[in-house]
Amino acid sequence: MSTVPLSPGYSPLLPAGIADKKAAALAHIAGSARLIAVRPASRLEVRPRPEMLSTGVAELDAVAGGVPRGCLTEIYGEASSGKTSVLLATIAAATGHEESCVLIDASDSFDPTSGAAAGIDFNRLLWVRCNDRKLPLKKNDVGTRASSPALKLEQVLKATDLILQSGGFGLVVLDLAGIPEKFVRRIPLTSWFRFQRAVEHTKTALLVISEFACAQTCATVGIKFEKQPAGKQPAAISYQPSNKAGHGSEAPSHALVFENMPVQAELVRSRLERKPMKSVTTVFKSRSASLAAGFPDR
Amino acid sequence: MPFACIFVPDFPVEAILRAEPDLRSQAVVVLEGQPPLQKISAVNEDARSRGVFPGMTRLQVEGCESVAMRDRSELQESAAQRALFDCAQSFSPRVEQAAPDTVLLDLSGLGALFGPLPKIARDISHRAWEMGLEVNVAAAFTLEAALLAARGFTGVTVIPQGKEADILGSLPLEALLAGGAEAETFLQTFSRWGIRKFRELAALPEVALSERLGQRGLELQRQTRGVSARALVPSDPPLIFEEGMELEFPLVLLEPLAFVMSRMLDQLCARLQARALAAQELHLEMTLENGRAGQVAASFQRTIRLPVPLLDPRIFLKLLQLDLKSHPPGAPVAKVHLRIEPAKPRPAQNGLFIPCSPEPEKLELTLARISGIVGAGRAGSPHLLDTHRPHAFQMRHFTPPVAKNGNGGSNGSVNNNLVTALRILRPPIAVTVNLQNGRPSHIASEKRNQIAGEVLWAAGPWRSSGDWWEQDAWMRDEWDIALQEKTSIVLYRLIHNLAGGGRWMLEGAYD
Repeated sequence: MSTVPLSPGYSPLLPAGIADKKAAALAHIAGSARLIAVRPASRLEVRPRPEMLSTGVAELDAVAGGVPRGCLTEIYGEASSGKTSVLLATIAAATGHEESCVLIDASDSFDPTSGAAAGIDFNRLLWVRCNDRKLPLKKNDVGTRASSPALKLEQVLKATDLILQSGGFGLVVLDLAGIPEKFVRRIPLTSWFRFQRAVEHTKTALLVISEFACAQTCATVGIKFEKQPAGKQPAAISYQPSNKAGHGSEAPSHALVFENMPVQAELVRSRLERKPMKSVTTVFKSRSASLAAGFPDR
Repeated sequence: MPFACIFVPDFPVEAILRAEPDLRSQAVVVLEGQPPLQKISAVNEDARSRGVFPGMTRLQVEGCESVAMRDRSELQESAAQRALFDCAQSFSPRVEQAAPDTVLLDLSGLGALFGPLPKIARDISHRAWEMGLEVNVAAAFTLEAALLAARGFTGVTVIPQGKEADILGSLPLEALLAGGAEAETFLQTFSRWGIRKFRELAALPEVALSERLGQRGLELQRQTRGVSARALVPSDPPLIFEEGMELEFPLVLLEPLAFVMSRMLDQLCARLQARALAAQELHLEMTLENGRAGQVAASFQRTIRLPVPLLDPRIFLKLLQLDLKSHPPGAPVAKVHLRIEPAKPRPAQNGLFIPCSPEPEKLELTLARISGIVGAGRAGSPHLLDTHRPHAFQMRHFTPPVAKNGNGGSNGSVNNNLVTALRILRPPIAVTVNLQNGRPSHIASEKRNQIAGEVLWAAGPWRSSGDWWEQDAWMRDEWDIALQEKTSIVLYRLIHNLAGGGRWMLEGAYD
């Protein structure tokens, strides 16, 4: 019985011709310095964890770690869920660390009094108040009639592009809360990708706040805010209104109404770790804006 | 003691060419006087080679092909004069403005800073070219020698010490006696004697010359020998950085206007740079034409105040463009005048660990662009006003202060200052309120269908009022309510406007 001589790299599972080619390819790789320099995927370095900005809320920082720089973070929740309170705390923390911040306010709903109570340094905050002013027509523009939210969103996207191109800001906030969902859903995915790419490898943290998740896969971190269950809502507020309210009544002051209002946050998305993340929920309480600002009852 | 002289030949033409450098390759003449009796006051070398000379009438020149004619502009000449002085001042602090087209510099002690004398002379010529002026530069060890060499020789001339008479000897006597009745008399006398060059006048015996022409004759002879008879008198003109241009035809579009402004800004920034200064404020003034022949309607002014001193003509141009885009002049522009308020440049030395902040140059452009999108006064820093009026604030220009602590990279301590924020509804939403026992029980809005439902609880009212001594006095009752909407419970601030006809409005939502 004749035996076939085994060549180096011979594999009994492959036909002789293919085995020869494989051996030749391996020999070529071994002799090529350029191909040896290519690092296999298994040895790739793990991308370093981004630097984090504090949210200003210890409980939330413990869960989410903060707001990562060079990434897009999304905060969403329905009205009165506490997302704006956390947003102001985040801006206050950033300005407290001498970072320049931008708030691009789609619905022009920022309250400077609440901001001052939260401790925001207004000297370091650029507030862009979008409105339904129509932009100047371009040459090929046929002048279609756009609705108010669409005009506001157009301004938001243009202003965001300009701000991100300018660079140098520590925190850029897109406040889309108050814009109807059907309009926010029309923001093309390419815009979110563009924003995410613009902040990548920079010191800027991009924060999007809305009433629902809209940045989709472009968001590195997603935090959802929810109200307490409906049954607990009245009990969660420290003041139980009575019919005696009014001038000269024994009702507590106006400022005390929203003391200890509960805020429930859930980390629903995080791509900071390589392993799959687990949803984590935390509950913390906010203070009354009037008391925090040191105002007496009005 | 070395001196230098910068002389601008054909100064009125050069002032025009400084503003319109495209004409430098053409024959240019400058006209003076009232039409139709205009005469040529200055020409450049190209025009001279075509047979065009000062004193000719406009009609005579119109026959020549491709000769650009411009009216004499005092504004441009004064700007060129200031530019010439700034050019000299960038080399030496002791500068004398001998004439509008001539400056003298004291170069003593500048060798260690700028190098040998020939190099300084070349650098001066180069700097003047950068500022839009083609000049003659001469360096010598006497004032008179430098002055006469700059007026007589083209380009850069350096006269070594002791060689003044030899080098100046080849100059014609016209270079010594320029204009005036006295000059004509002396030139005729010298012509009768057969003396046409400096060298010939310098060789005359002093006593005989004094007997015939007096002390003035001796003074002229000393000048031809390059002997200095006076000291340099430093000038100190006020710092004015302005450029102006009268346009041949009124401009309607912003784009051609941008070209005009770009040239002016380039010149102004070159002057600022020569003085080691930067711009703090830009003043643009334009004379508008109302469409009727020769009738000037009004002037249009814009001022751009920069938060930090800057020196970049491209940024200034973009800022002016954006400003004019949002505030168009409204009529054709006949004349442009641009003035810059100077300031000392901003010293910047950032640390490694200081949080990054936007570059002032980029930030100004970004803010101007954003203001063009959202409207003027809608992008800036909010500042609360010292009043009890609700939500009283004003927008200020965003100028982030320089970071000092350098702890921006770390998380630092968390204040936990989480306050319940109010989202303001601008403008407030008018609602219909049903009251029960004097308290809101049901709310509905005509404009927003989702705002409708039972009031789960209400806290209030809290009455506040103020400014009763003003016309816009305010008085209102505030309620904090929990409204059961279709899908969720929302906390609102409800206002009963007692001063405004008793209307109920939702002022904001707690979030």
